[in-house]
Amino acid sequence: MPITVKTTATFAEAADLVAGNRAARFLGGGTLLMRDVNEGSVAFETLVRTTEPARAIRTAGSRIEIGAAVTIAQIQAERDLAFLHGAARLIGGPAVRAAGTVGGNLFAPSPYGDLATALLALDGVATLQQGASRREMPLGDLFAQRGRDLRGVVVSVSILRPESADAFRFRKVSRVKPKGAAVLTIAAHLPTSGGRIGKARVAYGAMAPTPIRARAVERALEGRSLDRDGVAAALAAAAEGTDPADDAIASAWYRREVAPVYLRRLLLNEPD
Amino acid sequence: MKTPVQFRLNDQPVAVFVDGGDNLLTALRDGVGDVTPKFGCGQGACGACTVIVEGEPRLACITLAEACEGARVETLAGLRRGPDLHPLQSAFMEHFAAQCGFCTPGMIMAAKALLDRNPRPSREEVVEAIAGNICRCTGYEPIIEAILAAAASARRY
Amino acid sequence: MLEFRKDYFADERRDDLDVIGKGVQRQDMLGHVTGTTTFFDDHKMAGMGHLKVLRSPHHHARIRHIDVSQAERSPGVRRVIRGADVPRNLNTLLGLIGFGKDDEPSLATTKVRYRGEPIVAVVADSERLAHEALARVRVDYDPLPAVFDVEEALKPGAPTVNDVYPGNAFEYHDRFDHQRVRFGDVEAGFRSADHVLEQRYQMSPIEQAPTETNGSIAAPETNGRFVVYTPTQGLFFSLDTCAKILDVESNALHFVGGTAGGGFGGKVDSLTEPLAILGAMLTGRPVRYVLGREEEMQFGGPRSGERIVIKDGLMRDGRIVARKVTVWFDSGAYTRLTSYGAVKCAAHVPGPYTIPAVHGDFYCVFTNRTPATAMRGFGVTGVDFALECQMDKLAALAGMDPMEFRILNAYRDGDMKAHRREAKNTALVECVQVAAEKARWPIREEFRRASSRTGGGGERARIPPTPKDTSPPKRTAGGSTYTPSVAPPPASSWDRPAASPPATPFQERFAMPPPPPAPMPRPASSQPPAPPPPEPADRREPPPPAAPGPGTTRFSSVFGTRRR
Repeated sequence: MPITVKTTATFAEAADLVAGNRAARFLGGGTLLMRDVNEGSVAFETLVRTTEPARAIRTAGSRIEIGAAVTIAQIQAERDLAFLHGAARLIGGPAVRAAGTVGGNLFAPSPYGDLATALLALDGVATLQQGASRREMPLGDLFAQRGRDLRGVVVSVSILRPESADAFRFRKVSRVKPKGAAVLTIAAHLPTSGGRIGKARVAYGAMAPTPIRARAVERALEGRSLDRDGVAAALAAAAEGTDPADDAIASAWYRREVAPVYLRRLLLNEPD
Repeated sequence: MKTPVQFRLNDQPVAVFVDGGDNLLTALRDGVGDVTPKFGCGQGACGACTVIVEGEPRLACITLAEACEGARVETLAGLRRGPDLHPLQSAFMEHFAAQCGFCTPGMIMAAKALLDRNPRPSREEVVEAIAGNICRCTGYEPIIEAILAAAASARRY
Repeated sequence: MLEFRKDYFADERRDDLDVIGKGVQRQDMLGHVTGTTTFFDDHKMAGMGHLKVLRSPHHHARIRHIDVSQAERSPGVRRVIRGADVPRNLNTLLGLIGFGKDDEPSLATTKVRYRGEPIVAVVADSERLAHEALARVRVDYDPLPAVFDVEEALKPGAPTVNDVYPGNAFEYHDRFDHQRVRFGDVEAGFRSADHVLEQRYQMSPIEQAPTETNGSIAAPETNGRFVVYTPTQGLFFSLDTCAKILDVESNALHFVGGTAGGGFGGKVDSLTEPLAILGAMLTGRPVRYVLGREEEMQFGGPRSGERIVIKDGLMRDGRIVARKVTVWFDSGAYTRLTSYGAVKCAAHVPGPYTIPAVHGDFYCVFTNRTPATAMRGFGVTGVDFALECQMDKLAALAGMDPMEFRILNAYRDGDMKAHRREAKNTALVECVQVAAEKARWPIREEFRRASSRTGGGGERARIPPTPKDTSPPKRTAGGSTYTPSVAPPPASSWDRPAASPPATPFQERFAMPPPPPAPMPRPASSQPPAPPPPEPADRREPPPPAAPGPGTTRFSSVFGTRRR
């Protein structure tokens, strides 16, 4: 069957079409799905898209809600999202950033999904359209269900606004700069008070089939200070719980070996 | 089933029929007959198909043709005005910024997208602008020089 | 000093040429910057079919059964092509010059030998429809043990990758499993040396990755010929290859090329042309066969991976007195051009240095990896990487500056090279001096004053006594006992010229009269072995180094014969 493109006026209609058809995919910016179309994938036959706008960025208290159709380029141009600019500019070239969306990045297979990794570290919560209703789902749960029994279409993602510029950190390790695919990506939200880390959130990209939280690292950082001694336990636990792949960019072994190195640089603000 | 798509290509209205799932590259090359954007990877990885859609650089190979309904699309075919070359074209010639010529259409369009927004870019901004465009022949240096030279030239379009 | 011999072709020469040193605009530049340069895929034709190929998911497997019945009924399918549809479904690229045996099918029939190997082709009305049809092809595989390591592949009991070469090594001149260089006595050199350093080096395969992938468009012409738009780097090489595989006279094919969107060696293998033309023959339509990027990476041949072992004998004063080099080229599952890369390597070792004892063994090995081929200096750059790493290590061992160490060991005019040719127009000393100057790398006065034109010859021009090799080159089973696993194709228009001595058409064209004294051995597999090739150099009295010039015969390793 040739591919059929269905364009809906609302997310609700799109969610219905996707829910009732295993051979349907929701199309965001196209940077992932169109690759599969071009490579001749017969895994799906229907592309569903919607004209309902989802490009708003709203600040509400300590959180920011980003529409699923917001592009990476739009993030780069948004002053309220300055803390994400460093991460955004390491994704693709300008043309990929002009197409790739926040919603789509949540579904990028490893080693892609750098932005999703950043959003995970910022306590991201997705709003999913399921039929006529919408529900919230933490990104950790969304990644766990991705590719299995996840139903619905992402409408927006809400994230924590970091309490200071230094509280959010992001490193992407790539062989080609500035746009290569990730050997690994690390994002961390490290709120501190009185020199001690509070509720640390550390996320890895390319260290598992989806972005994952480095929970052992988070536990080891709690209540510690960001210095050589304070991060030692976290570095020792750097590879715990990871499941990286062997791919054209790096071997799983290499990814595990260098994870503590880059984690140290991120935590201690050392140059690459 | 073919689907009609209409858009403005280099200031001219065009209409094509596309298959479901066809990308903008196929619509341009096979539908309209503008073969200046090239197929290099079909994965959004090489930049050979870079065109400008609504003022933004886009990779035609991963852009759904139907999503371009009503859009303004620019390709290298529209850059030259009559016999006169665009400053980027002259600069690419003068700086030997092409060898096999396959990445050149995408490279020039990525550069044009930059200069349209930022007429006096720094070297770093030029590198950033072509970061998604792969050239296997030149080593990039002459391309960067050409874009900077085009920006510095007094001529404007 | 460069010498310009203007007495040759004086009547054909213009003496007013003066472009060197000036910038001259490329003739194709205007086309490039305006997008009007026409690449092969810019040709569009009505009714064009799109060809896509089913590829092996296994590194090594027997094919039990191929079922294309559903694919043939798939919508938009014009033709399903299988190995049996290919007139001569076995080829080796350099077979055109009588070098190597046909070993690679266009479409696999009984066995797949690397992941990505083509098995079935489909011509359909769109790429999508072709992909859908391919998804309906059923292939029943019987996976076989695979070998990915060159040294493992040569061990007894290793899986045979390619039945044409049962020992997993290419056969030079139909009988030797590797190339050799023998010059002087390396073992004596090691015994007398103050230091002996043995090191291993490994080069990975390198994909050419041209921005334009491989592809071609073939279409019937009105006069019964077929026009082929192609980015090939060797237009007539590709044309002749297609004529052979498709069993047509070469004048049935009209190749249009000359514009490649990058090649770097990756567009000499005729990866797509034979099937595109066959598709056009079988459907009567224009057929376009373009590789996707993943196909280009998986199926397009890279430069071979190389394993290199270098053992050097070094004196305290920095002189290298013996160098032993063993190189295993990973040819992947088929020969393509790696057999030739190994010959280039043999001709290059020991590098641009004068060493009185050199011993080299060079293997072209088959493994279950993507067939390797040409890629920017293949056979030479990899071994140079190893040799120059080795030179730095040796310099450190001798306690010498690495630049000065290279000048000390550099060959100079009049020296005897390991290949028994006099070194002429040498310039390594000067290259190192300039490099040192540009890098502001201090070298001592005596090395700054050194010259390639002095210090050579004399004792250094001597051909040292070379011991007879106690292990004669392995005479492989091939050439005399090999029987092809598929029945030889019936004699065809292609077969005739190849079977008529004394020379192939290729030689007739390139070897100007008088004809080569020794006909190239090209025995059919069922015939007794051809007369032995010229005796290896180390068993003969070395000939005095003759000044190459008009009329001098030279030995060619590729042709296995003398040529003018």
